[in-house]
Amino acid sequence: MTTERGASVRFDKVQKSYDGETLVVKDLNLDIKHGEFLTMLGPSGSGKTTCLMMLAGFEPASHGEIFLNDRPINNVPPHKRGVGMVFQNYALFPHMSVAENLAFPLQVRSLGKAEQQEKVKHALEMVELGEFGSRRPAQLSGGQQQRVAVARALVFDPDLVLMDEPLGALDKQLREQMQYEIKHIHENLGVTIVYVTHDQTEALTMSDRVAVFNDGVIQQLSSPDALYETPQNSFVAQFIGENNKLSGTVTAINDNICDVRLADGTELKADKVNVNAVGDNTTLSLRPERIEIAAVDSMENRVKGHIEELIYLGDHIRVRMNVAGNPEFIVKVRNRAGEQKLAEGQDIQIGWFASDCKALDPVG
Amino acid sequence: MTDQTHAQTVLTTQDGVPLKVSISRALRRQKLRSVLLVAPLFLFILISFVLPIADMLFRSVENPLVPGTLPNTVVALQVWDENSGEMPPEEVFAALAADLKVAVAAKTHTRVGSRLNYENPGIASLFRKTGRRVKRFEEGDYTAQFLKADKKWGDVGVWQTIKQFSSPMTAGYFLAAADAQRTADGVQFKPEDERIYLFLFGRTLILSVTITITCILLGYPIAFLLSSLPLRSSNLLMILVLLPFWTSLLVRTSAWKVLLQQQGVINDTLVWLGIVGDDSRLALINNQTGTIIAMTHILLPFMILPLFSVMKTISPTYMRAAKSMGASDWYAFWRVYFPQTIPGIGAGSILVFILSIGYYITPELVGGTSGIFISNRIAYHISFSLNWGLAAALGVMLLVVVMVLYWLYDRIVGIDNVKLG
Amino acid sequence: MKLKSILIAATAFAVGSTAALAEDMTIVSWGGAYSSSQNNAYHKPYMAANPGVNIINDESSAEAVAKLRAMNEAGNVTWDVVDVVASDAIRLCDEGLAEEIDPAKDLAAAPDGTSAADDFGDLLVSDCFIPQIVYSTTFGYRTDKVGDSPPSDICAIFDTAKYPGKRALEKRPINNVEWALICDGVAKDDIYDVLETPEGVDRALAKLGTIKDDVVWWSSGSETPQLLADGEVVMGSTYNGRLFALIEEDKQPVAMLWDAQVFDLDGWIIPTGLSPERLAAAKKYIMFATDTQRLADQAKYISYGPARKSSAPLVGKHAELGIDMAPHMPTDPNNAKNTFLYNYEWWADNRDDLDAKFQAWLAK
Repeated sequence: MTTERGASVRFDKVQKSYDGETLVVKDLNLDIKHGEFLTMLGPSGSGKTTCLMMLAGFEPASHGEIFLNDRPINNVPPHKRGVGMVFQNYALFPHMSVAENLAFPLQVRSLGKAEQQEKVKHALEMVELGEFGSRRPAQLSGGQQQRVAVARALVFDPDLVLMDEPLGALDKQLREQMQYEIKHIHENLGVTIVYVTHDQTEALTMSDRVAVFNDGVIQQLSSPDALYETPQNSFVAQFIGENNKLSGTVTAINDNICDVRLADGTELKADKVNVNAVGDNTTLSLRPERIEIAAVDSMENRVKGHIEELIYLGDHIRVRMNVAGNPEFIVKVRNRAGEQKLAEGQDIQIGWFASDCKALDPVG
Repeated sequence: MTDQTHAQTVLTTQDGVPLKVSISRALRRQKLRSVLLVAPLFLFILISFVLPIADMLFRSVENPLVPGTLPNTVVALQVWDENSGEMPPEEVFAALAADLKVAVAAKTHTRVGSRLNYENPGIASLFRKTGRRVKRFEEGDYTAQFLKADKKWGDVGVWQTIKQFSSPMTAGYFLAAADAQRTADGVQFKPEDERIYLFLFGRTLILSVTITITCILLGYPIAFLLSSLPLRSSNLLMILVLLPFWTSLLVRTSAWKVLLQQQGVINDTLVWLGIVGDDSRLALINNQTGTIIAMTHILLPFMILPLFSVMKTISPTYMRAAKSMGASDWYAFWRVYFPQTIPGIGAGSILVFILSIGYYITPELVGGTSGIFISNRIAYHISFSLNWGLAAALGVMLLVVVMVLYWLYDRIVGIDNVKLG
Repeated sequence: MKLKSILIAATAFAVGSTAALAEDMTIVSWGGAYSSSQNNAYHKPYMAANPGVNIINDESSAEAVAKLRAMNEAGNVTWDVVDVVASDAIRLCDEGLAEEIDPAKDLAAAPDGTSAADDFGDLLVSDCFIPQIVYSTTFGYRTDKVGDSPPSDICAIFDTAKYPGKRALEKRPINNVEWALICDGVAKDDIYDVLETPEGVDRALAKLGTIKDDVVWWSSGSETPQLLADGEVVMGSTYNGRLFALIEEDKQPVAMLWDAQVFDLDGWIIPTGLSPERLAAAKKYIMFATDTQRLADQAKYISYGPARKSSAPLVGKHAELGIDMAPHMPTDPNNAKNTFLYNYEWWADNRDDLDAKFQAWLAK
């Protein structure tokens, strides 16, 4: 044990299969620290929700062990795990008032009436719904219901709170507001939160660390910025943020930099991330905002591009170009004084640093 | 002056019509259209359902036969004091002779006889017999001639009955339906050994409640299973649930008999297993048990369907949420799942209870003597005794009982709390 | 063109069918073996002799009283001739729902010239009723369950010591109270005088009370044969024809206990409210169907005694079984040593009253 208290949650070689033929979760190893906000991010069917359900106890692991505070919990039924949970559609009990909903976990724990009232009041104030205790869930707006659901998952002071796409049913503006609120609650209370979502913005905004799931495997586990800046493979690069793909073959490797020849013969230099040897096929990943239309000399990569389309977006202009045979090549050009005037059909020189271009495993 | 101030406060349309008038005019057209759409159904229900029932219910107080057939006698009897214990005077006999002559010609005297026979057994044959003789009655001393025709005319009770039922409206059917009768001392209950209707009302209610409860107990788990199974298997199970609807009553009854009788399958099995002795076979049919078993079987779908449709809408995440908060399976079920199914239980219970309260064929076939319902007596009076007035009175009472229960239900549970799907 | 020809065809059909309707005659009876015996003995020869008449069978006799009243009130009587038991005929006659019959005019004399009134004798129990058969309600018992001393006396039904087991009795007072009083020591002639008094009714019910726990109460005549066949009861009352079928056709180990059999009558009534033509047609049918030969013919198909004295010598063999029918008639001297003809007049007056008392007694 290197950390002070050990991990809050540990998945140890966990596998899950529903039908005995295909694995939904393949060999999952994951440590979640105390007080951490960890997001499981991935497309649907990637295994993230299954992991959450195994953690909550609603699905048994087919193999491996899950530890909660260093205690194996495979054989602990869900109601004895002491884990708070927020569900996608809130799961507020429709036949109870808001206060009764919040009091439910406290009643289960046989707390005294006065203590229950105190805690319910406190929890309602925490989510700024002090006046709404006597209402029924159906009388609240979606955002208010969401807050009640969060308050209910926290009211019995669990160490760990699981959230299963809790903001999926809200509109964009509310969702953003709730993201901050949940984040603040997390900061104030210091609980461990495991958060499942398929929305990358949500994941990047809120998390301490993000586990990107695909095909039953964690593709990358790192902080949001690392995830964006240094994707470990093509899947992560594509799944997180916008991304230009260029396919080619590795022709030379020098330490961290490799030379890549594209299909049309263009030679580029890229950061060697996920290629092993000369001759490997690779997909280069390049963020649109890291490309300059006024290429500076220090940039290792400079190519010609043909402007196909300009899309005006206010703060920036999206330029769709044909670069090295890829007609879907996107460049983001900041909208500021003195920028060069662009026009559709124009051929321009663009460039980028080799460190911004990641040589990853080949796609397709 | 007032008009002007009025005009200032009232919003008008461009044409100067007050806005409210214009709106209600526009809405009226809409309303008229919707009324016209439902009118055919409304008329159909009115003609084929409401009016016949109203007519039937009216029979519970209607009494046109006596005053209609014996008009002179009814008038003549007004001066006679029925509590004096004395025979009516000669004028009454004369009036009756005149009435009977007319009635015999029209062949209606036996109808009055059978109407009054409901109240006083023996009057039917008295009228029938006297009807044959009255044609030959001579003028003068009718009392003697009537007594000669049948000495029963000397019974004051016969005359009291005629006088009691001489008005065109009567409470007599309702009294009979409440096991009461009018005596010299006012309205009183009938002797113990003749009281049956209130007892049967009570039994009908108790058995209906029992059937409703067994339907809940049996139907709830099935509905729960149905709602949690995948669609394909739940459909198959649903067909099994609905099977009793598709079998004819006779097939069902025979099946119950084969199963439940003392030499039947269930008893044979129990004896074979050694659970009961051969000489102490269980009585499962021709008693209340038989009625409860058979009625539960036939009414179970009415409980399962509303329960199922309500349970189908309850997301499994509620149970998960409850468990995540520390509730055990049972606690989560009882505090979270069960309360949400109450509307289904309410709807199912109302259906089952109201259907069972009016059932009579099944109790007749498998209920023996201790398992018959009030409806069996109503059916008896409709088809055998032809005492439709009493049948109507019993029907009205049953209707009132159901309405009162419905009202109570609304007060206690709330009718909004009923969901059929 | 096509539509027009369809319309013409439909009109022609409609006209044709109304023409046919004029010859239709709806005869209501009990269904089953009884209706088919009538069909063989009456309907077929009648239709053969009167080609214009088409007899439609309706099996509604069990609800005839109520239905006739409803039809009469609606002013639309669709039945022409109705088969009912004598007590129902009396009720229908009293209610003015059945036509009065003049035996001299409406019924055929016997072949030897005896008038119909004399030939039927006192079986003409109502002015509206033309008797057809004499049936009896009597007991059958399981020959294999009564040991070496089969019952020969009606009072065996009250002797549960000698003949243990259940008995099947009809769920109404008629017949049961008479048997109870006979076995309680009342002389046959005094029975209705005793029943007239409340004490007499109590006495009859008390006697029935001695076997109340051993009784299966039936409401349909088919129940007793089934109960006997299943061994549910050791003895039971039903109509003699049902027992004949059980013994002779189904070959069940059952025998007849003819003692104190109660004769009852079944016959025709003509509903009131028929048009003069239909009334005449109905009377014509009745004249034919109740003559001496026709009544004797019916006994070939079912073991009920013809209601005319003059028919008795003509009773032959069963049409299918080929056995001599005379010994199976309730009226056969061997069977009719001790019989009972119930008092229609008395029951018409007291049926409802006693039934209420009986049901109240049963229910408690």
